[in-house]
Amino acid sequence: MISYHQITLKVNGETEVVNVPANMTLLVMLREEMGLTGVKNGCAAGECGACTVLMNGEPVNSCMVLAAECDGAEVITVEGLSHNGQLIKLQEMLIAKGGVQCGFCTPGMLISAFALLKRNPDPSENEIREALVGNLCRCTGYVRIIDAVKASVEK
Amino acid sequence: MHLWQEFRQPISISEAIEDLINAPSPVVPIAGGTDLLLEMRQGRHEAANTLIDLTSVPEMNVIEKRGDSLYIGACVPVSQILASTLVNNNAEALIEACDLIAGPQVRNTATLGGNVAHALPAADGTIALAALGASAEIANPDGLRKLPFLELFLGPGKSAIDKTSELIAGFYIPLSHKGQASAFKRIMRPQGVALPILNCAVWLDGDERTVKDIRIAIGPGGPTPFRATVAELLMKNKKLDEELIREAVKKVLEQGSFRTSPRRATSEYRKHVVAGLFSDTFNQAWERSNNS
Ligand SMILES: Cc1cc2nc3c(=O)[nH]c(=O)nc-3n(C[C@H](O)[C@H](O)[C@H](O)COP(=O)(O)OP(=O)(O)OC[C@H]3O[C@@H](n4cnc5c(N)ncnc54)[C@H](O)[C@@H]3O)c2cc1C
Ligand code: FES
Ligand code: FES
Repeated sequence: MISYHQITLKVNGETEVVNVPANMTLLVMLREEMGLTGVKNGCAAGECGACTVLMNGEPVNSCMVLAAECDGAEVITVEGLSHNGQLIKLQEMLIAKGGVQCGFCTPGMLISAFALLKRNPDPSENEIREALVGNLCRCTGYVRIIDAVKASVEK
Repeated sequence: MHLWQEFRQPISISEAIEDLINAPSPVVPIAGGTDLLLEMRQGRHEAANTLIDLTSVPEMNVIEKRGDSLYIGACVPVSQILASTLVNNNAEALIEACDLIAGPQVRNTATLGGNVAHALPAADGTIALAALGASAEIANPDGLRKLPFLELFLGPGKSAIDKTSELIAGFYIPLSHKGQASAFKRIMRPQGVALPILNCAVWLDGDERTVKDIRIAIGPGGPTPFRATVAELLMKNKKLDEELIREAVKKVLEQGSFRTSPRRATSEYRKHVVAGLFSDTFNQAWERSNNS
């Protein structure tokens, strides 16, 4: 019999109490228990970054984190970036610069870029590239995504 | 994914050891999970009944000076190693290795303990520690003991720790003194494949033109992390010139076993690039040693 763990965590600012089986990943919990389907399952192998969320302020691959580990954690998904339907500048620029095509990588890209800008509000192109190496995109060729991050910090 | 039934989160080393021994077996420790979860999902790891998460053990999460060593807890995430001034000042090779492990998301959870415990001959953190002259701290029911780093490894994927009663608690690295420096480099395809085609770490103690002491680690250069001890002996206390490096490369090729691995590189390719990789890494360490 699989054991269950009651965990209390903050997801996009709301406190949640969930009962999770010992083998559930954070990815599955967010998507299937909480309906946060902005968190994408691309590879379930830690390689593509589509499942990226912020955990205690840092980007992690939610497919490689167990839900039971998240007791007391603070998690932010792409759904938590905008407020009252108002997109943040990073999101607006990603659209404006053509950094979204199929959109599958977009939530993870946004979270990784958001984490970078919080830590470093004025990143160089190289710093942007380094912050996004864990996020694969099969459509855009990356250049437009990097342009969008740059544009989002321009005055 | 019904791969294990129980999950424990001990908050001290002694509690972790107790769980390892007493929880429903088989018991498997998990740190960042970036290796383990993948292996389990792909059916490459033996089944587990209990996972014990080590990341909440405070003793395994410290980076500090202990006597004449730098101590890095087994569960410190790689991103925190990268941010540590203490590590940056004493173990350049480890910083360079950690900086090359995967991307930011993996680095925020992956640990040095997991990198080493997996016992692969070319794991980046492992190769850096091998050249830095590290030792491992092993926890078992009797307490803690130190083990010379290379004694941890028995074969590919096989470590010398007793999985039913022992854990790696952390690593000791000798503090760096004037004239001493290290470097790490690797050759790999971009993205996708986690392990490098070839990696190399060099630690040395230099004095003007003389290599006073040196440690060279190369992966994969055999079934376990490979120290090029014959080349080290050749270079020790010698005046540095091009010829010395050429001779050292010959010794590396004689002593190491550079095999073909189906998805990464052929033996011929590895033997071809080892000279360039070694001399680049050596030169980087040498330059640092002269400026230290
Ligand atoms: C996309 C991707 C890219 C990667 N790139 C690289 C790379 O470039 N270079 C590289 O070297 N690796 C790479 N890796 C592999 C992996 O991330 C690293 O080896 C990492 O350091 C493993 O640490 P972990 O904490 O996640 O280990 P885990 O997966 O938690 O554990 C690995 C193994 O060690 C055991 N274990 C863990 N901690 C302990 C302990 N304290 N005592 C005893 N046993 C323990 C576990 O039981 C398990 O068998 C990559 C992985 C992914 C997913
Ligand atoms: S789904 Fe998690 S990294 Fe690809
Ligand atoms: S927009 Fe399709 S994967 Fe990036």
